Amino acid sequence: MKFWRVPLDSEEVQVTYGRVYILDDRCKGCGYCIEFCPQSVLQFSSKFNKKGYHLPAVDKPGECLSCHYCEIICPEFAIYSVESNPEKSKT
Amino acid sequence: MKKAILTGEHFFTGDVACAEGALAAGCRFFGGYPITPATEIAERMASRLPHVGGSYIQMEDEIAAIASVLGASWAGVKSMTATSGPGFSLMMENLGLGICTETPCVIVNVQRGGPSTGLPTQGAQGDMMQSRWGSHGDYEIIVLAPYSPQEIFYQTITAFNLSETYRIPVLIMTDEIVGHMSEKVIIPDSRKVKTISRTAPKGRKDRFRLFEPGPNGVAPMPAAGQGYNVHVTGLTHDEKGYPVMTVDTQVEMMDRLTGKIRNNLDDIIMTESYMMDDAEIVLVSYGVSARTCLAAVDQARKSGIKAGMFRLITVWPFPEEEIKKIAERVKGFITVEMNLGQIHREVQRCVGGKVPAVLVGHHGGTIIPPEDVLKKMKETF
Amino acid sequence: MGGSPDISKKQLDHPLDDLIRTDRLPHIWCAGCGIGTVFSSCLTAIKASELELNNISMVSGIGCSGRAAGYVKLDSFHTTHGRAIPFATGLKLGNPDLNVIVFSGDGDLFAIGGNHMIHAARRNMDITVICVNNLNYGMTGGQVAATTPHMAKSTTTPSGNPEDPFNLPLLAYASGATYVARWTMLHTRELTSSIQEAILKKGFSFIEVLSPCPVNYGRRNKEKALDTLKLYQEKTIIRNGAIPAGLDIDFSKEVVLGKFVDVERDTYIERYEKICRQES
Repeated sequence: MKFWRVPLDSEEVQVTYGRVYILDDRCKGCGYCIEFCPQSVLQFSSKFNKKGYHLPAVDKPGECLSCHYCEIICPEFAIYSVESNPEKSKT
Repeated sequence: MKKAILTGEHFFTGDVACAEGALAAGCRFFGGYPITPATEIAERMASRLPHVGGSYIQMEDEIAAIASVLGASWAGVKSMTATSGPGFSLMMENLGLGICTETPCVIVNVQRGGPSTGLPTQGAQGDMMQSRWGSHGDYEIIVLAPYSPQEIFYQTITAFNLSETYRIPVLIMTDEIVGHMSEKVIIPDSRKVKTISRTAPKGRKDRFRLFEPGPNGVAPMPAAGQGYNVHVTGLTHDEKGYPVMTVDTQVEMMDRLTGKIRNNLDDIIMTESYMMDDAEIVLVSYGVSARTCLAAVDQARKSGIKAGMFRLITVWPFPEEEIKKIAERVKGFITVEMNLGQIHREVQRCVGGKVPAVLVGHHGGTIIPPEDVLKKMKETF
Repeated sequence: MGGSPDISKKQLDHPLDDLIRTDRLPHIWCAGCGIGTVFSSCLTAIKASELELNNISMVSGIGCSGRAAGYVKLDSFHTTHGRAIPFATGLKLGNPDLNVIVFSGDGDLFAIGGNHMIHAARRNMDITVICVNNLNYGMTGGQVAATTPHMAKSTTTPSGNPEDPFNLPLLAYASGATYVARWTMLHTRELTSSIQEAILKKGFSFIEVLSPCPVNYGRRNKEKALDTLKLYQEKTIIRNGAIPAGLDIDFSKEVVLGKFVDVERDTYIERYEKICRQES
């Protein structure tokens, strides 16, 4: 993320990182999580689930800040994020 | 707190006796809407309920009244409403919800002349078939028809007991005449009032199935707030209460809903015989018209006609077997009712042409005079 | 989300799974339908309220939103069309300790059930009503509703709706609701805290939530699901305390969101206790 002005304590503030989980069989492919992710972490994958919907996939794993917006906008209870160690989440 | 059971001798109208019967049965919620000639039940409940730990609410229409009654029942409270023809029509959809979701409650219809607004201040018995078939779809229902204020008192208690036993709305079909007449009503000592409450579930809450029938075909019923996480729906549902729209589930649910009544007829059906031992002509009647028949039987006996009365206390389920048995030994039936032949059709069906089965009916508005019944006896037999 | 997650372990449950009848998922709502989001927001609010879960009941009527009661793992009642509020009224009066949430749609609450809505607000029945407004009857295939905008197309207004819609917050306010708010399903965070506030508030609370119906309303009005959400993003403005009379929905101008009413008034039960239980 680029800021035109950087907070003075930006070096000290701990930024949370997250890991996104997707429950494939609940997803109906509406794309809200992809569209509204403030970090553009998600992309449509070419994968289908059992019902034939295109699923979201994590495109930029290290970028998730675990803001949970995907989780709360998802009408299907199909996606959520969990705070996680940045080192591990980049794997 | 005041006494819920007013033990002693009273001079009550049928409507007031009904309210007192409900209180004695343990009713603690009344969702009302005023309508002649049932208003007095609501009025009595409005003044009595808050002082016996219950609540009365006057809803915005009869649909809301019955919906609130169903809601209160799921809160674990014995609940009721009372109405007359037009309000009864409005209640029909939610009566179905009560049946489908196996919700105990009592609905009183103080019948007046119809159709439509009809004769608000005059009696009739024109809603008897509606009480059986008024809501859409197939179902079984329990309907009682008291014929005096004293009997309304007791039958209201019975209605609650049946409703709690079988998890079903029970209808009391009385009429303007019985509802508004004043007679002596004796309320017994509270220890002598037998009341039944729904069976509470046992066992593990997470394994509980809301509609899994017990030994008598009826499932135990928890209340909201007890931690059972019930799901209650008017959609076709499985034993868990989950909506499942398949033919199998529909069959299973319908068998359960109708079976719990059809397999317990002996417990549900109540009738009364008057001078029936040697009767040749049987008057079949219920509610206020049975009072006409009492006089008609007495007068007929005086003039040498062997008449008797078979009174339906439970109208639905219909005492089919009893009528069939009587048909084996009598010369004929006269159904006496204040409509143009509703229960009459049932009697005809059960008699099956073995002997004549005729009607003394009335359009509604006034009680049938015994003379009309005697005239019919002489004409037909 | 509870403790320190270790990604090496198997996938965790969705944080709301304990409040959902997961054995019934996926739910019936269409792809892009916003009801699930509003429902999810409601469950999050229920959790955040820290109320005793056994004492919370959800009551729904009929329609798409009415199916919500079937997915919540709480005492839940799916009643008849339009009658969720009177059913909830009975439930609350039968056991005043219950927190009763009515979750239903615009057609259910404001057309067939409109009478119950205004009367429950008038008597200040202590329940929370969440109305998912998708501007049409979705379950039956997209017919005109009491909330359909003027000239919008539906299966029963093929040339456009000749009627004007209700202004729901105004109606709730005029009827006596003590808490009135409007959000869209995109304003999930505001919506969640608003629902939490409403659940905890004593008295009749009403929240309207705009939500897309891409399959039935959107398709006939040239609005894809994401287009509707863009409208929610671009054409809405949050104006807490706005005067309810000015809250007509017109996406060609602006649509006002926010909390409009938050006042104190005795509830029905409080008055009943005070007035009707007085021994004479």
